[in-house]
Amino acid sequence: VHDSAQSLNDRRVAVRHTPGEIGMWIFILGDMTMFAVCFILFLIYRSRNVAVFNESATRLNSIFGVINTLLLLTSSIGVVVGVRAIRRRVNIIASGCFVGAFLCGLGFCLLKSLEYSDKIHHGITPGANDFWMYFYLLTGLHLFHLVMGLGGLSYLFMKSRQPFLTVRQFAFVEGVGCFWHMVDLLWIVLFPLLYFVR
Amino acid sequence: LTINSEFKESSGTLPARTTLRNLLRARFTVVWFFLIAATLVSWRLGSAHGISNHELATVTILVIAFIKVRFVGMDFMELRGAPRALRLAFEMYCLIVGSALVIIYVIGPMTPN
Repeated sequence: VHDSAQSLNDRRVAVRHTPGEIGMWIFILGDMTMFAVCFILFLIYRSRNVAVFNESATRLNSIFGVINTLLLLTSSIGVVVGVRAIRRRVNIIASGCFVGAFLCGLGFCLLKSLEYSDKIHHGITPGANDFWMYFYLLTGLHLFHLVMGLGGLSYLFMKSRQPFLTVRQFAFVEGVGCFWHMVDLLWIVLFPLLYFVR
Repeated sequence: LTINSEFKESSGTLPARTTLRNLLRARFTVVWFFLIAATLVSWRLGSAHGISNHELATVTILVIAFIKVRFVGMDFMELRGAPRALRLAFEMYCLIVGSALVIIYVIGPMTPN
């Protein structure tokens, strides 16, 4: 009985509810557009030099990309559950979820740095060719957003320890959550684009 | 103005006890499993070296990626129930950017520099 009452409440909230503040959404959609331009430029440069791009992409180890995708997806569901837990005022669960999401994000950084150092160790630097220039540029730009997102997750953790949130604070919590999901969805496109386009 | 976010949403009916299990009993959990499965399928498609048709594999992988992006928006970012303009902007992004990438991938190498 409680479950159905809860889901009814959730649905009621979901009706035309803006997750986060509109300012955050302008920022998120703007960032996504900037990345879209980079994705398009990447494929345009590729079409001028397909052989070099294909040969370079085979040197990437896709296991790094797959594990990183799984880490970000898992951190994302952690944030979804965390925000829901704050709504229901189960702060212990919320805090745990945000810590878990943060650790997944750190795992991503760790794997990324292993991947970078492996490539540089083999003499593959941004100057090697257009593919690698884009590889470092796009993954670096994404990593920068991810690190900002980790700051955001720390904020969510602090808010989850607070017994009460103002409406404004809660809107900001939702907005930061959406920012983290953006980091996830950018990687969802970036990963196949760099590793699997042949 | 301090409002308990729970009260803001539920018009007075507080749930008795919320556990992780009943927080997870929602659509987004199913979506998460789908996203994991789609990631593994793309990986398999992308690293199948003996595959005869690279173009088809790449287009499939790109389409899967944008379907995944849409699910992240709809279910993780909660855009499914967001104001129509915001939801539409997001869905148009998926459609336009996804199509643009597929088109450039297919016709790009055929066009002169």
